[in-house]
Amino acid sequence: MYVLEGKGVTKYFGGLAAVSEVDFYVEQGEVVGLIGPNGAGKTTLFNLISAALVPKPGIIRYKGKNITGLKPYKICRMGISRTFQTVKIFANLPVFQNVLAGSFFGTSPGMSSANAAREASESLEFVGLSALAATPAKDLTLGNQKRLEVARALATKPEVLLLDELMAGLNQTEVDEAMELVKRIRDRGITIVMIEHVMKAIMNVCDRIVVLHHGEKIAEGTPQEIATSKKVIEVYLGEPANAGS
Amino acid sequence: MDIARFTSKRFYITGIITLIIFVGLVTLPFFGSLYNVILVTTLLLYANLTVSWVLFSGLTGYMSLATAAFFGIGIYASALFLPTTGAVLPVLVVVLIGGLASSIIALGVGALTLRLRGIYFAIFTFGLVVLIMELLNWWELSVSHLLGRYVILVDNNVIFYTMLGIFVLVMLTTFFIQRSKFGLAMRSIGENEEAASHIGINVTMVKVITFAISAFFMGATGAIWATKLTYINPHVAFSVLFSFLPVLMAIFGGMGQIYGPVIGAAIFAYLQETLQTEFSEIYMLLFGVVLVVAILYMPSGLVGLIEKTWSRISGGERRVRT
Repeated sequence: MYVLEGKGVTKYFGGLAAVSEVDFYVEQGEVVGLIGPNGAGKTTLFNLISAALVPKPGIIRYKGKNITGLKPYKICRMGISRTFQTVKIFANLPVFQNVLAGSFFGTSPGMSSANAAREASESLEFVGLSALAATPAKDLTLGNQKRLEVARALATKPEVLLLDELMAGLNQTEVDEAMELVKRIRDRGITIVMIEHVMKAIMNVCDRIVVLHHGEKIAEGTPQEIATSKKVIEVYLGEPANAGS
Repeated sequence: MDIARFTSKRFYITGIITLIIFVGLVTLPFFGSLYNVILVTTLLLYANLTVSWVLFSGLTGYMSLATAAFFGIGIYASALFLPTTGAVLPVLVVVLIGGLASSIIALGVGALTLRLRGIYFAIFTFGLVVLIMELLNWWELSVSHLLGRYVILVDNNVIFYTMLGIFVLVMLTTFFIQRSKFGLAMRSIGENEEAASHIGINVTMVKVITFAISAFFMGATGAIWATKLTYINPHVAFSVLFSFLPVLMAIFGGMGQIYGPVIGAAIFAYLQETLQTEFSEIYMLLFGVVLVVAILYMPSGLVGLIEKTWSRISGGERRVRT
């Protein structure tokens, strides 16, 4: 049984198929990369999985259970958490409160304040933001805001974490740190699906890669297979010499 | 977890000031003139509406203009149960009914419309006021054939203490909600609703419940205010002024702290009263000027000004907002 599975997942915006009959699966403990040119439907697929949007038609299963049409907060409490392409932090709240909201509401209802606070500090510690706990979230650097989103998502105790372009807009050092963070999250036993344009990161941390183009899945395989696939190179990676750099 | 932060000098000072004001209010009818009691009742009326408005709109960021609707429902509860032909129920029970009726309507309306965002929600809630007013108008004209209704006279001190009781309740409710888990959920919604829903917050439920709680206090306030008006009709009860004034008062006072809307409402209502009697010809003009100046030079309201002054006095120490 796959931890996450989609069958014929489709989403139209007007007449345009943003995601078209995509079948996918994610195995427990895997790191799956989701790549494709801009407008390929990657974020839409994330929105469908996290229930911001409902597929029509199509079915999404989580641990064998049909979760299509559930509300986002339920999806989160079941164990699927996400971050956003453009950071959606609670800008005027201190860093700690941002994460606390995750640990309070993202797990089972009836979480005590003491437990929630402990979980929140632990998440902050894990991503390395403990020292900034009292800072308003809007005062953080972009790199730290992205970490904060990860900490908030982790505080909800997910089994599957969806990372939407965690590394976009970060400098080289920050990208390396983010890659390290992804690996550490994986080592905690959390399954990861990540959208990423930074090829080095994708090739480095993913076990398997899915390629979308115009809303359709055009390829799937190990980083090596994807890097050498003619079709993928044609639509996305460009000249072979650049692949993987 | 925030307990430690409150054991500061500031905590004691606010505590003492609150206590003095509270004792002053409770004993007012014993030393104040009748005029003062009535004036403070009016100030409390506006404070109640403004704080209830802030309870919902301040944290969630949803601009509601439905205040007049819930206020009016409370007023009509009094008209139904406290007619001059003989009170059907005790005043306090009617106040409770006014509050409950408002919150039931808020639950229904909220469940239907709180998916609307921004200006759409504001316009809808404003429409609600007009809709209820026109429906009631039609009903009174063609079904009940009553142009207006009369409500029994109630002792000024009873009105005052009821208003004060509602005020204390709405303040305590706001205080505890803001510091609770529920308040954190509301604040998250106000900051970023999409993110809030994706970290496990049942955004619809939080919004609808808060909307209903805030409507309860507006309705209760309306029910007791009706006994002060004594004559009501749909246009008096559902005057759109009561939708806009709380918003202005909240902005004027500043929403950063719980006492902001109270100070805003008190000063605003006092200004309105005095300007109206002293300069009845040009009072609206003066009022407008005061408002424009206030918004231009105090973007975070009176509270912003007080905070700034305070931090200057206490050596510029920055306090982390919780």
